Amino acid sequence: MTIQTKLSRRSFLVASAAGGLSLGFTLPFAGQAAAQAAGQLPEVNAWVVIRPDDTVVIRIGRQEMGQGTLTGLAQIVAEELDCDWDKVTTEYPTPGENVARERVWGDFGTAGSRGIRASQQYMREGGAAARMMLVQAAANRWDVDATKCTVANSVITGPDGQTISFGEVAEDAGKLDPPSEVALKDPSEWKLIGQPVKRLDTVGKVDGSQVYSIDHVMEGMLNAAIRRAPVLGAKVASFDAEAVSAMPGVKHVLQVGDDAIAVVADTWWRAKTALEAVPVEWTDGEGTGFDMPRIYAMLEDGLTAEEAFVGNQQGDAKAAIEGAAQVVEATYHVPYQHHATMEPMNATAIWTPERCEVWTATQNAEAALAAASTAADLPIEACDIHRINLGGGFGRRATMQDFVTQAVLIAKQIPGTPIKMIWSREEDMLHGTLHPITMCKMTGGLDAEGNLAGLHMRISGQSILAGVRPEGLREGMDPIMFQGLNHDGDEGRLGYTIPNLLVDHAMRNPPVMPGFWRGVCNNQNAFYLESFIDELAHAAGRDPLEFRRALMADHPKHLAVLNAVADGIGWDTPAPEGMYRGLCQHMGYGSYVAAAAEVSVDDNGRFKIHRIVAATDCGTAVNPQQIAAQIEGSFSFGLSASIYGEITITDGKVNEENFDTYPVVTMHEMPAVESIVMPSGGFWGGVGEPTIFAATPAVVNAIFAATGKRIRNLPLSNNGMSHV
Amino acid sequence: MKLMVNGSVRDVDAEPDTPLLWVLREQLGMTGTKFGCGIAACGACTVHLDGMPVRSCSVQLQDLDETQEIVTIEGLSPDRSHPIQQAWVELDVPQCGYCQSGQIMAAAALLAETPDPTDDDIIAAMTNICRCGTYNRIKAGIKRAAELS
Repeated sequence: MTIQTKLSRRSFLVASAAGGLSLGFTLPFAGQAAAQAAGQLPEVNAWVVIRPDDTVVIRIGRQEMGQGTLTGLAQIVAEELDCDWDKVTTEYPTPGENVARERVWGDFGTAGSRGIRASQQYMREGGAAARMMLVQAAANRWDVDATKCTVANSVITGPDGQTISFGEVAEDAGKLDPPSEVALKDPSEWKLIGQPVKRLDTVGKVDGSQVYSIDHVMEGMLNAAIRRAPVLGAKVASFDAEAVSAMPGVKHVLQVGDDAIAVVADTWWRAKTALEAVPVEWTDGEGTGFDMPRIYAMLEDGLTAEEAFVGNQQGDAKAAIEGAAQVVEATYHVPYQHHATMEPMNATAIWTPERCEVWTATQNAEAALAAASTAADLPIEACDIHRINLGGGFGRRATMQDFVTQAVLIAKQIPGTPIKMIWSREEDMLHGTLHPITMCKMTGGLDAEGNLAGLHMRISGQSILAGVRPEGLREGMDPIMFQGLNHDGDEGRLGYTIPNLLVDHAMRNPPVMPGFWRGVCNNQNAFYLESFIDELAHAAGRDPLEFRRALMADHPKHLAVLNAVADGIGWDTPAPEGMYRGLCQHMGYGSYVAAAAEVSVDDNGRFKIHRIVAATDCGTAVNPQQIAAQIEGSFSFGLSASIYGEITITDGKVNEENFDTYPVVTMHEMPAVESIVMPSGGFWGGVGEPTIFAATPAVVNAIFAATGKRIRNLPLSNNGMSHV
Repeated sequence: MKLMVNGSVRDVDAEPDTPLLWVLREQLGMTGTKFGCGIAACGACTVHLDGMPVRSCSVQLQDLDETQEIVTIEGLSPDRSHPIQQAWVELDVPQCGYCQSGQIMAAAALLAETPDPTDDDIIAAMTNICRCGTYNRIKAGIKRAAELS
């Protein structure tokens, strides 16, 4: 069976993942009509270039940042193209090229575990269309019927056994009209999708040859170090450039916008050294005077406020709780978190009155282009962004392109000179876009038989959208707050049937810049709900697995991953001596995840996570070994937050300035992770984030099993607990 | 002054308190060694100094002389043939890869000292930060490299 896809040649509509906008979008089959990028070989179509030596260049719109999307997306195109995988390489089109070609490559934004799930359809179609054009070109050359030709491993075979390689017909293929109808393979025919092939981008990462944005060098380039006002909304009041102008290597001491100063020098080290010596005064800002007690007071007020946005309501939760045989109540809290990417924010920019170009690591090169255009005061067409692989993103480089804006504002003051601006680690920590702070009051009612009769989940805290993209709010409500708690939809659907349910959010927005942080609101929502479900199970005197299963009859995919980890950890058998177990499940970004943990805890609160079993049903598993890598890495990222992660604010300023005060998980704390990749077929879910949801609740539920102590406030280090 | 880097004597011109990291990156154009924290906490800048792993952000130029042998990721092997590099490729260890130069240099130093390291040896030696969370593959990679050595 093949899946027929009707294609309209132009004006195909896709939802822009970043903004929820519908944008005119041209499918990648423009053939001869497609503009050829200067100096490049003729393309078959926008996605595929084949060189005479049969090298296959697959163009990637989304951004690699470690998650493996570059390889996975190439696999998807190569699958339909039927090319020789060993000859595949990739390249990034620029957002300027994307704009010039009516967004032929779709959305570049890479967040929300969206890389594959939101682009697989048009990229598979792009690969299939290119294959059909190559076959047609061969058929034309042989004067045979294209339908009598077969293709495998970049070689087309004609009806009489004649063969020709892709490289020999690629130029002809590019001149053909693209097909109006494309047949995609049935999953049973896949040879490459589903295979644990090696990443395409590993080699340069083991010999130092991969160039990151921070490594970019240009002829005549100067280096900039920058310091922005440490308090949100504060501005530069005054600074003394003369104090450092004679220091070694210093070329310029500049104000950047209204809230930062920079030193430009021949080397970055000299620029940074001089910057630290610049006397500077800042004004107050909206953040001035804010500290944690004041922020917590805001959140606590929200826990009992009359007004709240309703995210999910079934039946009458409050009445059910009032009439319950047993009421359980608990308040939870997750603090601010920092992305702390290994590569600090940086960008290189060159500006002239006619043109501005930027080389940077960004999760959204189109947003970076918009930021560059605004800062450069030049039209979009006069600007471009050169995409460089990221030294970590985790959401920090997705929405805010402040590093691009700053680099351009500096370069604009020194026309014609390339400027590389790098944030110090301290600058990076002080100007994060933080995973927002929330609290959650959970109230559950159990009936006389210990069944969950009603649940009220009151979230109080900061909205990301209100801070970074208020136009995304829906009549004031931030729908992202309810990730994983929704009644329906693929973004995050509750896995329990609760007859009387109320999930609502009292928005409280302290003047601290929030941002999307890997896993986003799924993280705390999973911690809140899966911990409290555990509390309810214990209150009802029931096994936490059995209690969950009783609520999951109508949620077979949620249940399947939960059962898989229960089996994997051996839930039905006693834990080894001194070991205690916890488990959880959650669904978000199109995928179902569950985890079970085995921990030990000594009398002094010193714990060790010995073993984690984690299951993911992402529908379609493009590259199982890379999915396993994402599962493993998600525990490192998630447990960094649950064991150590906390950003605090004093007088509007972040206190934690480096890894000494913002510790993260190292190999020492990293548990053994057994990954179960169990794609059930028929859908495409994300894998870069979902497992993070499950990391914390599985561990804290195991800690409860070990100690009887319920962890309701993260991080664990604030609970008298430390890792052995 | 002069430094011995990857077997060559190189002239460098920088203030005496300049960290080796920035001498490598900005004076010698060797950007494989990465800046992560500047306080010797993350290990992204790890290089070998007379065979020992050091965090080059916290070694100043004035602490060095040309008799000391500095080896960076670029000099670990001419052709990615060091067992650690081979194992890293075989097991697809890196994700974003930014910390991996430092991880590889730390792992190579461990293996030189302890050819057949136990889990405890590995955990004690490998204190570098990886935010992608490649730790388990790093551990497996070191064991694989021990087999390849």
